[in-house]
Amino acid sequence: MSAAAAPSPTSVRPTLSELFRAFAVVSVSGFGGALPWARRKIVDQKHWMTAEEFNEAFALSQFLPGPNVVNFSVVFGSRFGGAPGAAVALAGLMGPPLVIVTILAVLYARFGDLEVLSRILAGITAAAVGLLIAVVAKMAAPLFRKRWDWAPLIAIAAFIGVAIMQWPLPLVFLVLAPVSVALAWVTR
Amino acid sequence: MNDSPLVSLFGYFALLSLFAVGGANAAIPELHRIAVEVMQWMTDRQFADSFAIAQVSPGPNIIIVTLIGYHVAGLPGAAVATTAMCGPTCIVAFLVARIWDRFKEARWRIAIQAGLVPVSLGLIGASAFVLARSADHNIYAAIITAVTALVGFATRINPLWIFLVGGLLGLSGWL
Repeated sequence: MSAAAAPSPTSVRPTLSELFRAFAVVSVSGFGGALPWARRKIVDQKHWMTAEEFNEAFALSQFLPGPNVVNFSVVFGSRFGGAPGAAVALAGLMGPPLVIVTILAVLYARFGDLEVLSRILAGITAAAVGLLIAVVAKMAAPLFRKRWDWAPLIAIAAFIGVAIMQWPLPLVFLVLAPVSVALAWVTR
Repeated sequence: MNDSPLVSLFGYFALLSLFAVGGANAAIPELHRIAVEVMQWMTDRQFADSFAIAQVSPGPNIIIVTLIGYHVAGLPGAAVATTAMCGPTCIVAFLVARIWDRFKEARWRIAIQAGLVPVSLGLIGASAFVLARSADHNIYAAIITAVTALVGFATRINPLWIFLVGGLLGLSGWL
């Protein structure tokens, strides 16, 4: 045991450069969703947040529009460092993936017509769609099990509007979201 | 100047970013509608390829907009598309984060949170539908999708393995 006492979990505050590095590491390790990596880094390794605080911050990020992990980096960064903290966390999260994906974009522009590449990508897409269906099923299971009957109807209406009718998403959202929130308000 | 692709990229993606509740997965159908149908920037297959590349790249899956932007207008397009998709929502996130804790127990906050879940579920379901239509153009691809869905639902396997198997099956020439 060293003489210095370990700080209590919530009192550890990251510096700006620590914030940047943490989110840069999370971004490049986060294949197929950065959430588990972010939790491991922030809660288990760095003790910047308790598990409960993490869940609360992440729930907020999911409810906000736009990419969840991107929102999370802003919510988390601003909590510890205000606007600079948010900017630094966002830069850490987006920087390394942007470099990698830009290289891939250049390669695709050059080799995208290759038969062998398009076969590989077709296989990956088929598999990735399956994973997406699994995500939908996991999300739907608790919703369709509840006694309230409005939530599945809203989900089905959103699906039909966007997938079948191909209406613009903002339009579908502006019609359905207020109805859904009102129903959630009334049934609680 | 209004017909510059950069202006359209920015306008469409910035607007979309404010309505895509459920993240990258919820944004896919609208991205597809804009890029393939309305603006005809890319073919259905190029869109599906971009989705696959974004999936196997490290980092947030929303990075598909960077690929679309690059395809439309090179590096400036990539920068504009990424900024448009992340900028507005980051500002919203920053502002809301400061007041959110104060309304933790408020009934309207709970109603908003509960009300948006089914909407985003429907949008993500629409993503799966739109992508399946471009990806599963034969029975073998459809079988891969079905098996992957079952494996993904029943286990917590690292998606990278699933992508690897999918890519190898594609390479083998089945699809």
